[in-house]
Amino acid sequence: MYKILDKIRRIGVISEPVTPPAEPALQDIGERIKEIAAKQFGGSIAIREVDAGSCNGCELEIHALNNPYYAVERFGVHFVASPRHADLLLVTGPVSRHMEAALRRTYDATPDPKLVIAVGDCGACGGEFGVSYASLGAVSNVIPVDATIRGCPPSPLALLQGILAALGRS
Amino acid sequence: MTGSSVFNWLPAFLTDLSAGGVSVLADDNVRLAPARLLEVPAVDWGRLAQIAAQSGLRWAGVWADEHNGNRRIAACLAHNGDYLVVRATSLTVNPSSHAPWYPAAQRLERHARDLWGIDWTDHPDPRRWTRHQAWSEKDAPLAADFPVAGRHVGETPPDREYPFLQAQGGGAHEIPVGPIHAGIIEPGHFRFQAAGETILRLEERLGYAHKGIEKIAVGRDPDRLLRLAGRVSGDCTVGHAWAACMAMERAGGIAPPPRATGLRAVLAERERIANHLGDVAGICNDVGFSFAFYQFMRLREQWLRGNANLFGHRLLMDCLSPGGVRVDLAATAIAELHNHHRVLRDELRELLPLLSENGSLQDRLQGTGVLAKETAARLGCLGYVGRASGVDYDVRRDHRYAPYDEFPVKTALAERGDVAARLQVRLDEIGATLDFLDRLLSRLPDGELQSSWQTPTSGAEGVGMVEAWRGEILCYVRFDETGHIARFFPRDPSWFNWPALEQLIRDNIVPEFPVCNKSVNASFSGHDL
Repeated sequence: MYKILDKIRRIGVISEPVTPPAEPALQDIGERIKEIAAKQFGGSIAIREVDAGSCNGCELEIHALNNPYYAVERFGVHFVASPRHADLLLVTGPVSRHMEAALRRTYDATPDPKLVIAVGDCGACGGEFGVSYASLGAVSNVIPVDATIRGCPPSPLALLQGILAALGRS
Repeated sequence: MTGSSVFNWLPAFLTDLSAGGVSVLADDNVRLAPARLLEVPAVDWGRLAQIAAQSGLRWAGVWADEHNGNRRIAACLAHNGDYLVVRATSLTVNPSSHAPWYPAAQRLERHARDLWGIDWTDHPDPRRWTRHQAWSEKDAPLAADFPVAGRHVGETPPDREYPFLQAQGGGAHEIPVGPIHAGIIEPGHFRFQAAGETILRLEERLGYAHKGIEKIAVGRDPDRLLRLAGRVSGDCTVGHAWAACMAMERAGGIAPPPRATGLRAVLAERERIANHLGDVAGICNDVGFSFAFYQFMRLREQWLRGNANLFGHRLLMDCLSPGGVRVDLAATAIAELHNHHRVLRDELRELLPLLSENGSLQDRLQGTGVLAKETAARLGCLGYVGRASGVDYDVRRDHRYAPYDEFPVKTALAERGDVAARLQVRLDEIGATLDFLDRLLSRLPDGELQSSWQTPTSGAEGVGMVEAWRGEILCYVRFDETGHIARFFPRDPSWFNWPALEQLIRDNIVPEFPVCNKSVNASFSGHDL
């Protein structure tokens, strides 16, 4: 136990402002999300992530938002297990036809007012997969979409920027 | 490029086939080299599998194809690091299922039935698999006359009537989970039959992420096929891209330059380490050991940032090209990589004892989700899932391809087959991979990054096999008369590891499912295609 505590102490808090060149600092984006969360969402924004048929690349980067570098919970953003608890749906695509009904039901199960963000090139426009006998392409072909976050996959910082932009518009 | 194929077992197998009444119409060691191609009549298809199983051959996949208007089927059998492709080119009778002899064949044959209309006889499971409700039983979406856009109009209904197996008897209850899960996970359905907390049976229902990859591959040029291959399973973009490159290059008679194969291995092994770090974090998280979750997610993030800095993409997408690679490493970058490795080794030296000496963590992992060696072998399990149960196979060692022929990598192995073993194999693989990368980077060949692409002849075909981070990927590619793709079939190792999850979860309690699932971490997208 001592060794664990010692390791925790020596690593310390690494959730510090990260400033990639020519991009606004994570801290700035995070703080602005936090302000919106405080003003409009009672302090926390609940996100339900839905993989509607993606290659799993977007999910890996959405996962990264919870690693200690991004640690989005400090900005009031957290991922929830049920659409009933969600303010915002983060949907990756392309939407497979086999997921169409599940996605529609998830949308219907999310209480109003709700925001939907289509994530990744596939979610935004169908990406590499497009529309076929098996794929419906963009998320907006299935449910109303408020904003998109492009990228294949979008980086964690791009995801946060996209979430901020969507919240700012709402 | 050349495998270590020897086929010294083949004469005895051919004798057995002959004695068993299986006619071999053609025996070709050039067309799919380094794999060997046998043509057999459809009527002998099942008998061949029976003899292959008796001879101890491993079953590695089946796919259908359409050539000059004729439906044909091919299966891959492997033995001692050699790959044998058997093919029936004229389906005058419905072929017999291989599943009675090879359980591994069960789902892939159902996939071929759903997408090609191949009507196997003696198949033990008549239910649809990849097909839900997006096309009808009469349709064959991969057939040339089926439109890419499909024939469906309106909303696709949910697959409500799928006949799941039922548990009978007092006290048994059913728990349906998915396709949308509580966490940030790919879509799929799990149906548990439980008595109290104890799982009697798990039945998987996959296919939710089916997005028509095999169909939309047709007509692509090699570059565009590679973009698609890199998105078969996003966490395995290098693995699938490499297998597709290998298949296309063999079809075209092109050898990528040594520096390119060296760089491909750097990318593939970095992908292995990134995923293993994430899985170690996930396994620890699923039993509530958040310390290790944050530590290993920290290491993974550092590793991905290294990818972005040196190769321009955190997950290493689109770094390969047909005939070569699109990335290079300057001497300073190689020095930086050696430094990455040193940092990660130091971290692991400190962290690993904290995992192995933590009694409450080990208590949750040891003896949980045991996959017996016989079961793993029977199901054809691959990668760390097989190796943690003592199934000692690694394409990099047993069917060597450049640069692993010159730079051998140590294969990690365990016998216990529990979650702890699957964790340990991953940790051992990280160590062995770091050693491999240091050796490779110290002697990374100089020279070109790209061999010039030449359009393959009409009908040229090739198979690629690589040891991706999840295990062996088998990829089949055939070209049309214009140098575009006529058939692409990537067989992810998940096809054989998903059924293992159904077995290893039995008699565990429902709350152990997440950690058991994570310890297998099969791909939904790579399987569903």
